[in-house]
Amino acid sequence: MKTLVIKIENLTYKYSVGTPFEKVAVDNVNLEIEGGEVIGVIGHTGSGKSTLIQHLNGLLKPTSGKIYLDGMDIWADKSKLRQVRFNVGLVFQYPEYQLFEETVYKDIAFGPKNMGLTEKEIDYRVHEAAEFAGIREEVLQKSPSELSGGQKRRVAIAGVIAMEPKVLILDEPTAGLDPKGRNKILSQIKTYHEKVGNTILLVSHSMEDVAVFADKVLVMNKAKVFAYDTVENVFARSEELKAIRLAVPQITNVFHRLHEEGYPVPENVYTVAYAKRKLLATLAERGKLPNA
Amino acid sequence: MLKDITIGQYFPGHSSLHRLDPRIKIILTIVYIVLLFLVKNSAGFAVSILFLVVCYMVAKIPLKMILRSLKPIVPILIFTSALNVLFVSGDHPIFDWGVFHITQEGIYTAVTMSIRVLCLIAGSSLLTYTTSPIALTDAIERLLGPLKVLHFPVHELAMMMSIALRFIPTLIEETDKIMSAQKARGADLESGGLMQRARALIPILIPLFISAFRRAEELALAMECRCYHGGKGRTRMKQLHLGVVDGLACGVMVLTVGAVIALNFLPIPW
Ligand SMILES: Nc1ncnc2c1ncn2[C@@H]1O[C@H](COP(=O)(O)OP(=O)(O)OP(=O)(O)O)[C@@H](O)[C@H]1O
Ligand SMILES: [Mg+2]
Repeated sequence: MKTLVIKIENLTYKYSVGTPFEKVAVDNVNLEIEGGEVIGVIGHTGSGKSTLIQHLNGLLKPTSGKIYLDGMDIWADKSKLRQVRFNVGLVFQYPEYQLFEETVYKDIAFGPKNMGLTEKEIDYRVHEAAEFAGIREEVLQKSPSELSGGQKRRVAIAGVIAMEPKVLILDEPTAGLDPKGRNKILSQIKTYHEKVGNTILLVSHSMEDVAVFADKVLVMNKAKVFAYDTVENVFARSEELKAIRLAVPQITNVFHRLHEEGYPVPENVYTVAYAKRKLLATLAERGKLPNA
Repeated sequence: MLKDITIGQYFPGHSSLHRLDPRIKIILTIVYIVLLFLVKNSAGFAVSILFLVVCYMVAKIPLKMILRSLKPIVPILIFTSALNVLFVSGDHPIFDWGVFHITQEGIYTAVTMSIRVLCLIAGSSLLTYTTSPIALTDAIERLLGPLKVLHFPVHELAMMMSIALRFIPTLIEETDKIMSAQKARGADLESGGLMQRARALIPILIPLFISAFRRAEELALAMECRCYHGGKGRTRMKQLHLGVVDGLACGVMVLTVGAVIALNFLPIPW
């Protein structure tokens, strides 16, 4: 049975209140996130994705509205906010710029140390997180400045994973990486999710990534929730998505057209792997037909 | 949050005050400050306050912004006013008590000084409210131009100033981001003693310095790639031209100064 982990109620957030630069970045958002789900968050640049997720661990205080973690209003007791931050781990966009310790090991240990864990537990978590993030043992004693951009990013992600958060939020973890680095990070996050089974929110600009990776998709448009549903249901609304100038995965477009032209293919396809399976099945069926 | 500190306090708009040549604005602001010290009686003060009120109305700056800029100096004003009232000696005592003696002169000094300081702050804030920092440095460079003859590095100074101004918001944003990122990992910036708080700043200062140096290097490289080599022979994209509005503004200022000087001769007691 799924349980509700995070509940957002009528959340509105405005930047620079009371100046001419006032800007509504999140507008009356209601959302329920269940345990164990992987949610892809997509939307145009400036649609409020980063602003929204910074509310989930209490970094931003809502202008109005409430956020519940396990049924508790996170702003009810300010002294518990740190606890909220350990439970909801947030990896920022370009997290490599936040590294500060002399060694990779110490940097990953920063979060667990703040949690007040014992040396032994910290050591265990650092090694485990490093493994999840694909950081080799010998890298742990290096200085972060010696690493490549992609490696630094994995260190930063490990730094949050080491807190063993119930909910892990990643803000565009693949921004600025080449396809190889991208796939590596994504598959590592996926493996991590399969092993730990926690809730993951992944902000991404790539529909393909979201389609492969997520159970549910949250589409933000102009500070509002445009859609929040399973991958199938969201990408089935491709016309509406196009209207707000968001593209569905290319493979979905291809299959829409094929279906329109009258080919016997399923209308809604969003990953290449699924497309391949369906196509092969259809071809096999067709091959069989004349014999029958 | 850090973002709420608006440095330079530019308040974008399209009023005629915004469109005024920044050089004229700087000069007129200086003239206005001098004017505040020429005033000798209440009628003069009334005129200089009225002048400011009209300017703010023309610039369409909300009252809230003015109050915000005046707020920080109120405690200082109250303190110095109290000193003035209690210690200034004069021929018209109202109340005497040991070292304290309240006199008419003391009250007069306290009131006029407060008005002067408030007008001074509000007046110079008006300059920064209506002029973007870039326009301001540009104007300063032009006004200091004659010093070039004395080999004073006017252009370099102005360039440093505009780069610094340009990067203040960037660095504030960066600091905010790094603070958020470390807070997300449970960094505790708000509690603890002095030493503990200083230590808590390390995870913020180190990434901030690294990124500031990186930015400086990138900027230097970008400037060099575009063949920047000092101010010699550079022309400007935005030429400053004096227009009708500027003439008008100077005229109004001359009239105000004239009025204040004339009012100084009025035979009123205060
Ligand atoms: N610190 C800030 N101060 C003022 N306005 C901000 C700030 N951060 C974001 N905004 C504004 O809020 C809106 C939402 O920004 P946000 O960063 O949440 O978008 P996003 O969906 O994460 O975009 P991206 O895909 O580019 O990361 C934008 O219009 C942005 O200009
Ligand atoms: Mg963002």
